[in-house]
Amino acid sequence: MLEWRDEGVILAVRRHGESAAIVEALTPSRGRHAGVVRGGGGRRMAPILQPGSQVALAWRARLEDHLGAFTVEPVRSRAGVLDDPLAAAGLAAVTALLVFALPEREAQPDLYARTVALLDLLEDESAWPLAYLRWEMALLNDTGFGLDLTACAVTGSAEDLAHVSPRTGRAVGRAAAGEWADRLLPLPPCLLGQGPASAAELLDGLTVTGHFLDRWLAPALGDRPLPPARARLVARMRRRFG
Amino acid sequence: MSADRLEELIALMARLPGLGPRSARRAVLHLIKKRGQLMAPLAQALAEVAASARDCVVCGNVGTQDRCEICADPRRATGEICVVEDVADLWAMERAGVFKGRYHVLGGTLSALDAVGPEDLRIPQLIARLGEEEVTEVILALGATLDGQTTGHYIADEIAAAGVAVSSLAQGVPVGGELDYLDDGTITAALKARKRL
Repeated sequence: MLEWRDEGVILAVRRHGESAAIVEALTPSRGRHAGVVRGGGGRRMAPILQPGSQVALAWRARLEDHLGAFTVEPVRSRAGVLDDPLAAAGLAAVTALLVFALPEREAQPDLYARTVALLDLLEDESAWPLAYLRWEMALLNDTGFGLDLTACAVTGSAEDLAHVSPRTGRAVGRAAAGEWADRLLPLPPCLLGQGPASAAELLDGLTVTGHFLDRWLAPALGDRPLPPARARLVARMRRRFG
Repeated sequence: MSADRLEELIALMARLPGLGPRSARRAVLHLIKKRGQLMAPLAQALAEVAASARDCVVCGNVGTQDRCEICADPRRATGEICVVEDVADLWAMERAGVFKGRYHVLGGTLSALDAVGPEDLRIPQLIARLGEEEVTEVILALGATLDGQTTGHYIADEIAAAGVAVSSLAQGVPVGGELDYLDDGTITAALKARKRL
């Protein structure tokens, strides 16, 4: 019998039969991993098996490629954010994007740590929207679609970077952009890790990450559309901050 | 009657929630033993409901008329509409017997994973009802889950312009519940929704 124990964040829960559930969780050492939770469809487990909940997981299966069964113990609930429309939308976008983007059973220690840190911030509205933008940049990076914003793609200079090429994902300097500027994506300073972001910069940053999630990541995963939870989050942010 | 028809009946019964092949076989055997008292009336009731059951054109409840009994009852026109996810939730509210207004069945919740969007739910019909009926309050009675609450927030935004009060069911300690046995999330929700005595 194969067995491992790890911590994890619940990403998705689907009913399986009358009383069980198939749970997908993000773990640091095994990435996105699924398993059956016996009794997971019942009332006792329902509060624990909510997207975003942090849990202690034990997985058992007879063979490595079997779905296997999870035993789940609660560590930390995220129910506190559900009554905040923006934070709930953020939680939905994070869990949906992880289910959408990550391959199964590939270790994701850095992304796991970033995800937990982001979820921990969700009750602090002054901090989490920028953390969410940086988390999307990390998601692009960890799935092999990172942007190169270190220097201008045209001149090689690291000064006055103001745009991102929608085709290459590389930074472009203000002077080098010239008459092409209106065809390039904006590059807000917060994407370069510079200081706190204004509302406009935050929304510009989400335009950039959204472009590459949609044009690079999604086609590589079979051209499925991005989860609508992300679009709902961005729309809500535009209403709140725009 | 051939054994095949019996097996077909057992297979159909086994597809009902709560029944498996063994319990379906027991149920069919019981029905056969009580043919006169149980099986024939059951078959007749099933045939009648199958012929007449339909969704209420107003609220989405299940009934045998185009307008369900609740929507057709003028005493239920209190100006309050209780929004529920599905018909089972409506029936649960009716069992409690405390809500005297009308309902609106969404037919699900927004779901990030299953790509269920607002257009897949009966949200436009709800907004249309706000104008057609003299609605003063919409009560969101949706699940205390991420999808349920996301749907509630979306509906609250959509109907904000209509000038109708929007409320949601409280969340917290269940009747008969002891704090020691409650999960962190429920205690958090209960503390946030505490009331002054």
